[in-house]
Amino acid sequence: MQTMILSVATFFQLRKLKPAISAVYALIGVLGACLTGRAWAGYDFNIPQPATPISQQIYGLHMYILIVCAVIFVVVFSMMFYSIFKFRKSKGAKPDVNFHESTLIEIIWTIIPFIILIAMAIPATKTVLDMKDTTNPDMTVKVTGYQWGWRYDYSAEDIGYYSNLATPWAQIGQPGAQATEPKGKDYLLEVDNPLVVPVGKRVRLLITSNDVIHGWYVPQLGVNQYGIPGFIKDVWFKASEVGTFKGQCSQICGKLHGYMPITVIVKSESDYAKWIEDSKVKFGTTPATAAVTAALAAVTEDSNKKFTMAEAKQIGGKIYAANCVACHQATGKGMPPAFPPLSGSKVVQGAADGQIGVLLNGRPGTAMVSFARLSDSELAAVISYTRNSWENNTGKIVQPSDIKALRKS
Amino acid sequence: MASTTTLDDATSHHDTHNEAHADAHDHGPGSWTRIFTTTNHKDIGSMYLWFSLFMFFVGGGMALLIRAELFQPGLQIVQPEVFNSLTTVHALIMIFGAVMPAFTGFANWLIPMQIGAADMAFPRMNNWSFWLMIPAAILLFASFAVPGGAAGSGWTLYPPLSIQGGLGVDMTILAIHILGASSIMGSINIITTLLNLRAPGMTLMKMPMFCWTWLITAYLMIAVMPVLAGAITMLLTDRHFGTSFFNAAGGGDPTMFMHIFWFFGHPEVYILILPAFGIVSQIIPTFSRKPLFGYASMVYATASIALLSFIVWGHHMFTVGMPAQGQLFFMYATMLIAVPTGVKIFNWIATMWRGSLSFETPMLFCIGFLCMFTLGGFSGLVLAVVPVDITLHNTYYVVAHFHYVLFPGAIWGLMAGVYFWLPKFTGRMYNETLGKWHFWLSAISFNITFFPQHFLGLAGMPRRIPDYALQFAEWNMVSSIGAFILGFSQLLFVWNVVSCIRSGAKAEAKQWEGAESLEWTHLPSPVPYHTFETAPIVK
Repeated sequence: MQTMILSVATFFQLRKLKPAISAVYALIGVLGACLTGRAWAGYDFNIPQPATPISQQIYGLHMYILIVCAVIFVVVFSMMFYSIFKFRKSKGAKPDVNFHESTLIEIIWTIIPFIILIAMAIPATKTVLDMKDTTNPDMTVKVTGYQWGWRYDYSAEDIGYYSNLATPWAQIGQPGAQATEPKGKDYLLEVDNPLVVPVGKRVRLLITSNDVIHGWYVPQLGVNQYGIPGFIKDVWFKASEVGTFKGQCSQICGKLHGYMPITVIVKSESDYAKWIEDSKVKFGTTPATAAVTAALAAVTEDSNKKFTMAEAKQIGGKIYAANCVACHQATGKGMPPAFPPLSGSKVVQGAADGQIGVLLNGRPGTAMVSFARLSDSELAAVISYTRNSWENNTGKIVQPSDIKALRKS
Repeated sequence: MASTTTLDDATSHHDTHNEAHADAHDHGPGSWTRIFTTTNHKDIGSMYLWFSLFMFFVGGGMALLIRAELFQPGLQIVQPEVFNSLTTVHALIMIFGAVMPAFTGFANWLIPMQIGAADMAFPRMNNWSFWLMIPAAILLFASFAVPGGAAGSGWTLYPPLSIQGGLGVDMTILAIHILGASSIMGSINIITTLLNLRAPGMTLMKMPMFCWTWLITAYLMIAVMPVLAGAITMLLTDRHFGTSFFNAAGGGDPTMFMHIFWFFGHPEVYILILPAFGIVSQIIPTFSRKPLFGYASMVYATASIALLSFIVWGHHMFTVGMPAQGQLFFMYATMLIAVPTGVKIFNWIATMWRGSLSFETPMLFCIGFLCMFTLGGFSGLVLAVVPVDITLHNTYYVVAHFHYVLFPGAIWGLMAGVYFWLPKFTGRMYNETLGKWHFWLSAISFNITFFPQHFLGLAGMPRRIPDYALQFAEWNMVSSIGAFILGFSQLLFVWNVVSCIRSGAKAEAKQWEGAESLEWTHLPSPVPYHTFETAPIVK
């Protein structure tokens, strides 16, 4: 039985049958017929091309259930439409009022669906057990959801970094203000620092969250797992080919839920080893590698660093554009009442400690989350930027040492 | 104020009604204060129905704003946080403000007449359970105007996101509490009426299917509404009183909220559909001119669906990372629901088999219901399978699935019911041509709206996002166009109902030749203000 099912599944995974699969969909969705040719060119009718053994199984399972449903559909709808055309009063049909009960028929149409369901449950159970078996991984990456981005930690290699949306807001636009740039090919699906894994290895992900529930969802890898704050859940995948795979946060997580994409790059083993070496420098988390990072990075992680005004505003402006602009806006005017203005704000113009406190701790009960994950110098730069932009002319600079002092207390 | 028109019609008829009865109970017919003081099940039924029609259009308006934003990629109409509030409140309004009150409206109108009772068992509580809904609705609307805006966490209100929200979340919690109290009172009333006020000879197994489905629905509500109330109360104390039910830092667990919520949430979806099963089970036999096929098995199937609904909640949570045993249990239990649901579909088709069918508007809506609900059932089966669900969870496939079961299921069931019983309620006929236009426009545009959403979900488009990648653009545009046709087609319904009440042709006492329940066989059209003051004898 099982072999038969799996062979059906495999049969329908054959790439050259793609048009045939699309045709099945189009038949069910009569409407599909009136659509553009583009829909046929892409994978827009179906689950995207599987890239792991698990997602391959998922794809096959879906096709199998779809075909079973299509057969039931034909039977049920034939009966219904036969009745509709054959037993019409306008054609002189006389009701057979005695045909309203049959225990035998009831038993038959209880048992047959039950058997069909068992036939569906068997291959599904096998895949569930496969998916849940996270033992013997070749490597482990910790994935943390943030509002609104991801962090990937390769603890064995001491690498850790954030992965944020790379699409500029100028492509997205605002209500009432059209996007000023044309939308790129990977609009909303591109990130600054993708997750990188080697091909053919069992990769175990430990998924959690820093604030609210997020969903780490990459359909081609067959992974969709909530990150739940305070808990770690594990999933695994083994990419069978080199490539780039895209996904998005699947669980509503606040304002920018639609703007936290996921990109996974699967590299060959040698490319991956090279990437690890580069990343140890770029994204190192141990003191030793951090020192190298500090020496190389444009923004140093030196708490004794003294910013000049021009430096602070230049670096701070970039950090503002990456982290703050979606809510507080480029004009600093925010979007009251949910997102208050920074321009002319008493907090921003007042004592620095107050503003540093808000950035380090967030404002509980509002959309303002803690930005303690940014470094001392990044926070100092962005705070200095807000204190010397728009209507704010404090003329004063907040230094990394100020942040360091408050971070500890 | 079309609602007064209905009430007045009922009253004027009541004046000519030859049975003598105490006018003291009428609370001054004709006076506008009657809408506050009435305890008459027909008045309250009408008020429920008008209220839900209003809420249907408010919720529909929000849906159209959502679809307008999704017409193209990029942000055009609303800010992302407003978009989140729209999806949240659209769901809450449609569930608690439109579908549930509309079914309660039908229950009020029909249950006493179908079982030969004079009124509901607790007429004053009946009035109170209606009027509770008004402050709840006002709270929901007003939450858009407070700092932080309306709740934007999805109608599931998952913490910690719902803990982050502002005053709007508290207002939503209070509104749900009030609506829950209203539903529980309505359910107590319905159960008591059905169990105690049946006319002599009206045994339980002789009750019309609408009464049966409502009896089971009312028990479901009493079982799960308090669970929801518990969940949102914990949310409230987590928000304001320093508890940590759902906060891991204090020893709590956000997943617990999901378990509690869906223990309510899954029975809730059957609360939204079972009364529609009842309406359809009245209408299909009428227009097939033969009795409902397998009446007893229909009752047992409904009860089985209700019982199973308590053990399948985990299928909403396959991606939280529960153990394999948990996933398998919930998968098997969920698949099992297909059996009684299938039995119902087969019985309806067998009712039509060897019948003598005619296709007036109510029947068209019921056949539409059968076709679309079956499709929704198929996508439900696909989603029951854990591995497939994991790749489709929180995508547009899920949105397509539940709109397939709820729009043609709950809403078309209700529309069919309105067309079917309007002649009885008002003594006038609706416009059949207009009704058919309403059906066909709805049927076509519904599919244009929601069928492509299956493709979007399969391709991986998450739900509750205001903006999307370019590969999803075509289907979203199609879906939005369909949504606007669908939304505006519903105005035909309002037009038809209003013009029926004002100037429809006169209806017969037994307008439909195949109708068998007491309201058609024993009562004139329109029904008098008071009916069955002396219980009929049912053979």
